[in-house]
Amino acid sequence: METQITDPVDEVSENPGRSPDEEISVVVNDLSLSYGASEALSNISMSIARERVSAFIGPSGCGKSTLLRCFNRMNDLIDDVTITGEIIFSDMDIHDERVDVADLRRRIGMVFQRPNPFPKSIYENVAYGLRIQGEDSKAVLDERVEWALKSAALWDEVKDRLKESALGLSGGQQQRLVIARAIAIKPSVLLLDEPASALDPISTLKIEELIHQLKDEYTIVIVTHNMQQAARVSDYTAFLYLGELIEFGTTDDIFRNPQKSQTEDYITGRYG
Amino acid sequence: MQRSHISEQYDLELSQLRDQLMEMGGLVEQQVNKACSSLVSHDIHLAEEVRDTESRLNQMEVDLDDECVGIIAKRQPTAGDLRAVVSVMKLITDLERIGDEADRIAKMAISLIEFETPVDQYASFRQMQQQVVRQLSHALDAFARLDVESALRVIEDDHDIDRAYTKLVKACVEGMQSSPTEAEHLVGLMWATRALERIGDHCKNISEYVIYQVKGKDVRHADDVNIG
Repeated sequence: METQITDPVDEVSENPGRSPDEEISVVVNDLSLSYGASEALSNISMSIARERVSAFIGPSGCGKSTLLRCFNRMNDLIDDVTITGEIIFSDMDIHDERVDVADLRRRIGMVFQRPNPFPKSIYENVAYGLRIQGEDSKAVLDERVEWALKSAALWDEVKDRLKESALGLSGGQQQRLVIARAIAIKPSVLLLDEPASALDPISTLKIEELIHQLKDEYTIVIVTHNMQQAARVSDYTAFLYLGELIEFGTTDDIFRNPQKSQTEDYITGRYG
Repeated sequence: MQRSHISEQYDLELSQLRDQLMEMGGLVEQQVNKACSSLVSHDIHLAEEVRDTESRLNQMEVDLDDECVGIIAKRQPTAGDLRAVVSVMKLITDLERIGDEADRIAKMAISLIEFETPVDQYASFRQMQQQVVRQLSHALDAFARLDVESALRVIEDDHDIDRAYTKLVKACVEGMQSSPTEAEHLVGLMWATRALERIGDHCKNISEYVIYQVKGKDVRHADDVNIG
């Protein structure tokens, strides 16, 4: 019998951002970001698989939300930010001067931690993005609102009160409404920044189920503090620590047999 | 040295699980030794002691399984912790089955008690027993110390047990041919030998769980154990 012992850690130590072996939606190349003199992201390279769920995990301040916000240039709104490296989406660096940021954000939508419906009716919340784009055909709007609310698994709960204020919905319903609003304009990528952290367990499971259904049509990137949530919903998991991408791989590998001791310490609750 | 969990209680639960498992392992080792001795030395009291202890092992299996399920439910273990709990759950089953084999040998010892003259093949049986008990002890040690090298040695050495088994069976068959009056006695011994060989297989399984736990590689049913 042949026996060999090699340490698997050595094989991947120089390549934390191994690309998934499938179609790629977004490529991050050597991305660094500083707030003033303080570096928040350091030389991140990774590829986000198309129509899959990729989760970013890591302790507070590790840079996971900052990295997520880079994908649709939300960090542009912050003073004193320096970004180097590139993020390739649709064959172009999203920082290229030819990129229209409003158009980028239409194609890469975002949902935040706290549900933020507009103080308008349920219908108008979902129709909002389309109206901004100049769509005013009632038939088109009706059809798209219904489609988005069904896709967000909210239609059955709100179909009889579309004209009522969105603020009257529960937190979990509001978050699904916000997701409906985001997908109504048919983006190709959805960024979810801790989308369930303000919700009760049942609403959380509904959001997770929704994520699972949406990945058939959307590339989803989710930041979560909840490791079990990352394990449940994602196909790929990236572990970030102190602004560096420590390990990126299939969620199965990361949660069963991570290659880096830092990843293992974090996901098994030994960090800190 | 692995770092502690933030939750000390979790560390305690995992270490208690390992302690209980090692206690079960120790008891299983004793059972095998006593069962084989009872057979070779025609000691009916020792054989009955083995049979009486069997129920204790069964209870340990149930209790340990329950602990594992509790840890999975409460802690949702991941990575090395997950592999540790999964390995323990599998190992418990192998230990319990080794206990069953010891019980089978003890049963055989009781049924062979009327044959007062030991047959020549007992010397080879004794030798194989020593080999198997050594394997069991090495496999449990490898598990306790998470020692992959030792585990690999146990897997390799299982071939020696298989060879010893084949040789002893052959000797029993030859014995039956040359002295048909000893046939019944030798058939009993063959069953006991078969039990020893099965214990060797369980030791191999235990070693495979060690490799799974440490390396995350499932080497069961592999022609070559390549854990690179």
